[in-house]
Amino acid sequence: MQTVQNHTGAESAGLNAAVNVDEIMQKVAEHKGCGTSGGSGKASCGSGAGANDLPPEIWEKVKNHPCYSEEAHHHYARMHVAVAPACNIQCNYCNRKYDCANESRPGVVSEKLTPEQAAKKVLAVASTIPQMTVLGIAGPGDPLANPEKTFKTFELVAKHAPDIKLCVSTNGLALPDHVERLSQYNIDHVTITINMIDPEVGAKIYPWIYYKKKRYTGVEAAKILSDRQLQGLEMLTERGILSKINSVMIPGINDEHLVEVNKAVKSRGAFLHNIMPLISAPEHGTVFGLTGQRGPTAQELKALQDKCEGEMNMMRHCRQCRADAVGLLGEDRSAEFTTDKIMAMEVNYDLDARKAYQEAVEKERQAVVAAKQEELQTLAGAHSDIKMLIAVATKGGGKVNEHFGHASEFQIYELSTAGAKFVGHRRVDLYCQGGYGEEDALGTVIRAINDCHAVFVAKIGGCPKSDLKAAGIDPVDQYAGQFIEQSAIAYFKEYLDKVASGEIEHVAKGDAVIRQGALIAA
Amino acid sequence: MAYKIVEENCTGCCACEPECPNQAISETSNGLFVIDPAKCTECIGHYDEPQCVAVCPIDLTCIIDENYPRYEAA
Ligand code: SF4
Ligand code: SF4
Ligand code: SF4
Repeated sequence: MQTVQNHTGAESAGLNAAVNVDEIMQKVAEHKGCGTSGGSGKASCGSGAGANDLPPEIWEKVKNHPCYSEEAHHHYARMHVAVAPACNIQCNYCNRKYDCANESRPGVVSEKLTPEQAAKKVLAVASTIPQMTVLGIAGPGDPLANPEKTFKTFELVAKHAPDIKLCVSTNGLALPDHVERLSQYNIDHVTITINMIDPEVGAKIYPWIYYKKKRYTGVEAAKILSDRQLQGLEMLTERGILSKINSVMIPGINDEHLVEVNKAVKSRGAFLHNIMPLISAPEHGTVFGLTGQRGPTAQELKALQDKCEGEMNMMRHCRQCRADAVGLLGEDRSAEFTTDKIMAMEVNYDLDARKAYQEAVEKERQAVVAAKQEELQTLAGAHSDIKMLIAVATKGGGKVNEHFGHASEFQIYELSTAGAKFVGHRRVDLYCQGGYGEEDALGTVIRAINDCHAVFVAKIGGCPKSDLKAAGIDPVDQYAGQFIEQSAIAYFKEYLDKVASGEIEHVAKGDAVIRQGALIAA
Repeated sequence: MAYKIVEENCTGCCACEPECPNQAISETSNGLFVIDPAKCTECIGHYDEPQCVAVCPIDLTCIIDENYPRYEAA
């Protein structure tokens, strides 16, 4: 089979790959503003990433990509299509009856599409939702374990919708065999899920892999996987293809180790590292679900992300969205685009209309940035060690514009005298579905944002308001419809003033719960 | 003899289909996969282990079909 022949070629290419990596890394290092406050104030790293944090040529590529920039996520949408059902490895956090748990949420089953159906779906969605600029193939299995289907889909999309960016997520095992082909298709974003670089750790995560017509198990399997992942990453870097690394944080197994992983991938040219919490519940039927392996708490996750941040850009806004989700932020419009509906649709792909729309979006984005800069001025000269988190209900556009009760997720910002920095998000959708009559739905939301001092909403009812206050979370609706960061900075400034005048006392908040379980429903 | 796929276990992931050296595996109308016993050679002469078994993510899904005598290489 073709894959067998490819191996030899790919491996010799891998040897050459090491040559250029240093040079490219040098370039990346020179541009990085992280930690070193050069000139225009402290550069904010990670998913709040802006033009300052990345080399210009990389920023140019990713600025409209919702998976790479949280800010872009407010204005642009991505979609995934499930054309790749087969996988070549087994992960202990995955139950193969459901979608790949690396990129999407565990316990979800996507509708399997042929490449032709997938391409039609992409065109249909892009014509209806002009914000849709990115197409990803991620699961239910591994796209590169299904290369024909994956590449056929990309080919069809590139032909009819040349403005849509393509990206692919992989476990990396087959990656070295396909880098060459990826570069031909002009696919500039690849995500590799790397959970370890030590095969001893890997053996606890991967029971087996299928490689070169054989099944390998244990440490041997993990060693092959790790070698192939790092080789693939080097090859991508050598060809100037951007690579993002996903890691699943599994407490007691790879949590400490991920700092090492972070160094290893950084030194090989990955431009973003996304550490995601393990989500595991017995009802998912995964190995970890059944052994009772727990996921990290919000504080544990943030501590690890902070530890790695000095090293490179961290990504904190990955929603582990379901593989076939469609829409902006937490929104999911996939029900409008079922296979039956798409096949019946008359699709008219209007490139110019999309361009015009995107130009308008660019103006809006600039307004958000300008407003934030202006507000930041008011903090100049303020000195305080106080840092606090706030939760924001938004449906996009960079504004506080969602009702408390309708929010399917909250965005978390860290406020300090350096400004407002996006540090993550908390999903709460499942708890709201039954309405607030359902047992303790509100309590669950409070637990999810318990580490926050305030929650910014467009509107909120009287009951939840008093319960939030009782939990020490300030419900704030005075910024309805305004820009998030601008409002947050204004709020923080007021807060500091009140602390200074003795009107309120600053108290640290406790930890929060990352929602687990019952994901099958979403 | 040949291998068969246990229908209740198959997830329809299609991983086995392209690996079979004899094109013995095909998709059924319900999205699951079946092995044509007339074409299956148990991978003898091609690989050390039956490919469908090696790649299938679900244990005990691709198994020996006792209704056929063991395959003998020609
Ligand atoms: S790579 Fe994805 S599909 Fe494959 S076993 Fe892991 S989580 Fe599941
Ligand atoms: S045992 Fe080999 S020949 Fe038979 S169905 Fe499986 S892969 Fe094909
Ligand atoms: S690999 Fe296993 S689960 Fe997947 S289609 Fe084949 S028999 Fe079914």
